[in-house]
Amino acid sequence: MSATPIASSPPIPGLPSQNHPSRKRVGRKLRSRSTPYFFLLPFIVINLVFFLYPLFYATVLAFYQTNGPARRAFVGWNNFAFVLHDPDFHKALWNTTIFAVFSIGLQLPLSLGLAMLLNSKNDRFKGFFRLAIFAPNLVGQVFVGIIFSVLFAPHYGLLNRFLHELVGWGLEQQWLGNPRLVMPAIIIAAMWMYVGFNMIYFLAALQNVDQNLVEAATIDGAGPASIFWNVTVPAIAPVATFVVVTSTIGSYQLFELPYNLLQNNGAGYGPSNSGLTVVGYLYQNAFTNGDLGTGAAVGWILTFIILIISLVQIRLVGSVGSES
Amino acid sequence: MNSLQIFLIILAAIFLILIPLSRSFAVKYARRTVLLLVAALMLMPFIWLICAAFKSTDAMSQYSFLPPPSQISAKTVNLGNFRSLLAPQPTIQGPVTFWRYVTNSLFLASAITVISLFFCSLGGYALAKYRFAGRNVIMIYMLASMTIPGVVLLAPNFEVIWRLGWMDTYKALIIPGAVGAFGIFLFRQAMLGVPNELIEAARIDGCNEFRIYLTLIMPLVRPMSGAFCLISFMGSWNAFLAPNIFLQSQNKLTLPVVLNQYMGTYVEHYGVFLAGTMLAMIPPAILFFALQREFISGLTSGAVKQ
Repeated sequence: MSATPIASSPPIPGLPSQNHPSRKRVGRKLRSRSTPYFFLLPFIVINLVFFLYPLFYATVLAFYQTNGPARRAFVGWNNFAFVLHDPDFHKALWNTTIFAVFSIGLQLPLSLGLAMLLNSKNDRFKGFFRLAIFAPNLVGQVFVGIIFSVLFAPHYGLLNRFLHELVGWGLEQQWLGNPRLVMPAIIIAAMWMYVGFNMIYFLAALQNVDQNLVEAATIDGAGPASIFWNVTVPAIAPVATFVVVTSTIGSYQLFELPYNLLQNNGAGYGPSNSGLTVVGYLYQNAFTNGDLGTGAAVGWILTFIILIISLVQIRLVGSVGSES
Repeated sequence: MNSLQIFLIILAAIFLILIPLSRSFAVKYARRTVLLLVAALMLMPFIWLICAAFKSTDAMSQYSFLPPPSQISAKTVNLGNFRSLLAPQPTIQGPVTFWRYVTNSLFLASAITVISLFFCSLGGYALAKYRFAGRNVIMIYMLASMTIPGVVLLAPNFEVIWRLGWMDTYKALIIPGAVGAFGIFLFRQAMLGVPNELIEAARIDGCNEFRIYLTLIMPLVRPMSGAFCLISFMGSWNAFLAPNIFLQSQNKLTLPVVLNQYMGTYVEHYGVFLAGTMLAMIPPAILFFALQREFISGLTSGAVKQ
């Protein structure tokens, strides 16, 4: 973003009419001045109606109890109090946090590892590997949920059979019927979907690593581990921050994947709500029960949680980046 | 010991044998092997899905992929799933076939993509190449708005749509999705690179501002347009939450919503919704292969300076 201060009468770049005013050009100058506003008009209108107003309105709505969009009563902070004391919400927040922690803790190291394996100059098959690993991301969360609902089936599910062949365990496991295995199942499905997506970011970041620095370090006798920590990590730190923050934000908004994966197990939320997420809880309250007020309150609570976690992460990663 | 375990042990043994012979070759071998195994794991569900779509329910629980050649017959491998899937289903709106949902999804995703391509690139051009009062304010506002998670808007937007009288219409999905801060930002980044001299020259030649955008700028940012189209199309094609909330008539539903329904309808004959899922994955795949190069560069353009 340019930091140039904007004068009260902004000069229009590259318009010679400023220096050579003529009747014809004055008209054009006026038109030119309104042009950018005109170009941004669709954004401004749509954003006002479907973003800024609802955002403001969410705040109002959060203080009302509603039954569908038509009937409402002011209830003050009751919606927030209800949500914060609701065991279902605690369950949802716990599940979502587990998901976020494992997505980041398992997925990102794996994505980075794969990116480093792929990041070789002369590999004819690089394009193929990249495509194969990225391909699951083309499938929407709904479809991933549908596919994995059958892959996790006891006895004939591909995943159960594969695990059975590999380590001799798990052929009859009820991944989606056993409350203790539901979250691992969601994490596995999400891993399949997102590992390649994050790998693409790391791959792009690795191409920005200064090869001269790597060579210099090698000549100075640095080992691969030392090069990784002292050259690669600082170079990819900004992208890593970006990936960590966006993955966290995405993880906390998880809904479509578990809702479809568990469609036939606990009506989308898993046995005894073992796969309920915060957005799932919002959906249940706002659209299944018709209480938009509680939905708005959950929305704000989630926004607040995401905001705090993102700020902490940016601080943390920022300080690590500046140390090295 | 089964064949999978033996196969993996052989792969590991080759690595151990290679180490004393040539370290660099052993590393190269390990790298390739790991990548190949990962790629195989990632592609497995796709292969499985294609096989499942063509298998009868009995064959489904018997074989992981296709039955052995000796067992392949019209009884095990057939188009039964597709026949059930594509047969007209009675609804309140009269009989509806699966193709209707495919058409709905195609229409919605294409409409949103074309409209948002136009509005986002137009907005991006204004922010990249004009200086005007309020530009910085708009930029900061857009950046801030991107940090707000969309779910907070779900409940209030439901009411906005309801009050506008847009429930059960495609307007409810197309118009809020017609332009967004993220898309404008992508185009702004791409258009910053267009030299100002080109625009000046066009102005001196008497081009009006809109024609400069349409015939000069847009062709120059074609890679970004390609990436944007793919991101936008896949976003709408895969969308579940909004269509599920706003659409009610059965004949207006989109593929994700209908396939979610079918999971309940065809609990026993899950080959039917798997066949539907396979069909639903074809259009994004075609678009991806057409725009692959643009997509990867567009994805990372926000995060990595190149």
